[in-house]
Amino acid sequence: MTRHFFGDTTALLGRSLRHITRSMDTIITTTVMPIMFMLLFVYVFGGAIQSGSDSYVTYLLPGILLITVASGISYTAYRLFLDMQSGIFERFQSMPIARSAVLWAHVLTSLVANLISLAVVVVVALIMGFRSSAGIGAWLGVLGLLVLFTLALTWLAVIPGLTAKTIDGASAFSYPLVFLPFLSSAFVPTDTMPGPVRAFAENQPVTSIVNAIRDLFTQQPVGSGIWVAIAWCVGLLVVAYAFAMSTYRRRIA
Amino acid sequence: MIRVQALEKSYKDLKVLRGVDFEVARGSIFALLGSNGAGKTTVVRILSTLLKADAGSAGVNGFDVAAQPARVRESISLTGQFAAVDEILTGRENLALVARLRHLKDPGKIADDLLDRFSLTDAGGRKVATYSGGMRRRLDIAMSLIGDPPVIFLDEPTTGLDPEARIEVWQAVRELAARGTTVLLTTQYLDEAEQLADRIAILHEGRIIVNGTLTELKQLLPPAKVEYVEKQPTLEDVFLTLVGKDKR
Ligand SMILES: Nc1ncnc2c1ncn2[C@@H]1O[C@H](COP(=O)(O)OP(=O)(O)OP(=O)(O)O)[C@@H](O)[C@H]1O
Ligand SMILES: [Mg+2]
Repeated sequence: MTRHFFGDTTALLGRSLRHITRSMDTIITTTVMPIMFMLLFVYVFGGAIQSGSDSYVTYLLPGILLITVASGISYTAYRLFLDMQSGIFERFQSMPIARSAVLWAHVLTSLVANLISLAVVVVVALIMGFRSSAGIGAWLGVLGLLVLFTLALTWLAVIPGLTAKTIDGASAFSYPLVFLPFLSSAFVPTDTMPGPVRAFAENQPVTSIVNAIRDLFTQQPVGSGIWVAIAWCVGLLVVAYAFAMSTYRRRIA
Repeated sequence: MIRVQALEKSYKDLKVLRGVDFEVARGSIFALLGSNGAGKTTVVRILSTLLKADAGSAGVNGFDVAAQPARVRESISLTGQFAAVDEILTGRENLALVARLRHLKDPGKIADDLLDRFSLTDAGGRKVATYSGGMRRRLDIAMSLIGDPPVIFLDEPTTGLDPEARIEVWQAVRELAARGTTVLLTTQYLDEAEQLADRIAILHEGRIIVNGTLTELKQLLPPAKVEYVEKQPTLEDVFLTLVGKDKR
């Protein structure tokens, strides 16, 4: 069966890409919340926040990008849930196709959809005054981190997509993920936070990823921080992938 | 071609199948009859590797469903009880997708041929979400025919179809069997079984209570009395005459 893995994944990817291109509104909707946060923080709270950088929007953008991904992946869970509900999933399972192709198609579609959303958010940020002197290498670094982060969260989203009983259940899991950046260095420097909150903020994945992206945007030396960020993403990716695959095997058994 | 022995399946405390046995010969049409909740869908899901049986064995095309599910999937095609079509794609795209997943050459041509065969050519370029129930069902069945698998499972293929569409589906099923495909269909319509099936089995309270040809089944009851009645057209004849389609 595995000899057809790439062909089957490509065929199914074509299918789910059509789903997102035929409902571009879902991609736009996922960008509304992060853009609102960006507007709110830059134009309302921003003046009172001592970020220690010249441009608050530039300071803020990395965290907003992560929020974009966190809200975008709930659509992956949603689309997967709809497939499970309709008979199409069983049709695929009863056909001689590579078993995991069905999931990979959803995951890759999620990656494409999130990259489009991220591009929309970056364009809005540019309009709001975001500037970066980063060169090609640094931008590729940012892209790489975001791709890893998206894949990790997408595999996480696969689990509720496969197991949820209701549509709300399938997408609700992403709410805590959306708020994780608030307890990080995404909006304000962590050294203003009280002890325990600060300890949490400084040691959770979002902070290391945000700091790494910020350093890449502002051409600061990334130091060892980027390895912590990559380790978080890869670690999360591996764990989420393993859980998602075992959930999938149980569901189709 | 299909061989089911002592098959058992329970959902928690509910014993749905309590030892089901039957065999289906190559190239024949086998109808599984049963009332709502009898377990017809459960049998079909086990045979199409979507569900594991608790006990007993089942083989399709010489492969065991539990031990060689991948080989079974290469031999079958399933039309489930509820249309398994992609609403957002067009009819043509649905067909082409299945052709691609079956690793066939020229998916576009396969799609066009089937659209034509199931009178869906005009609707082929529209999203399936805009289809009527009958069009969806026809598309669903068309998707199952792609790749000419030797065994086809049809779970209540004509439920919800209008009489014309039913006859079209019957015609398609007959053609399949004529080409040597083995067909297992479930139905609640007795006339459907009468019209199509070479053998009929009735699933009741978890077991097959009778299994035979139509003639054999009829002999279970007292011989027919000869009665003289005026032959009235059936409602079906009236309907088909009025909508201007004759039985093909
Ligand atoms: N996943 C499930 N969990 C619990 N019970 C189930 C499940 N699937 C089916 N059942 C029960 O098993 C019994 C048989 O169901 P099945 O769908 O096989 O019947 P059926 O003969 O296809 O009925 P119908 O004519 O209504 O389609 C029913 O009582 C049903 O409620
Ligand atoms: Mg059923």
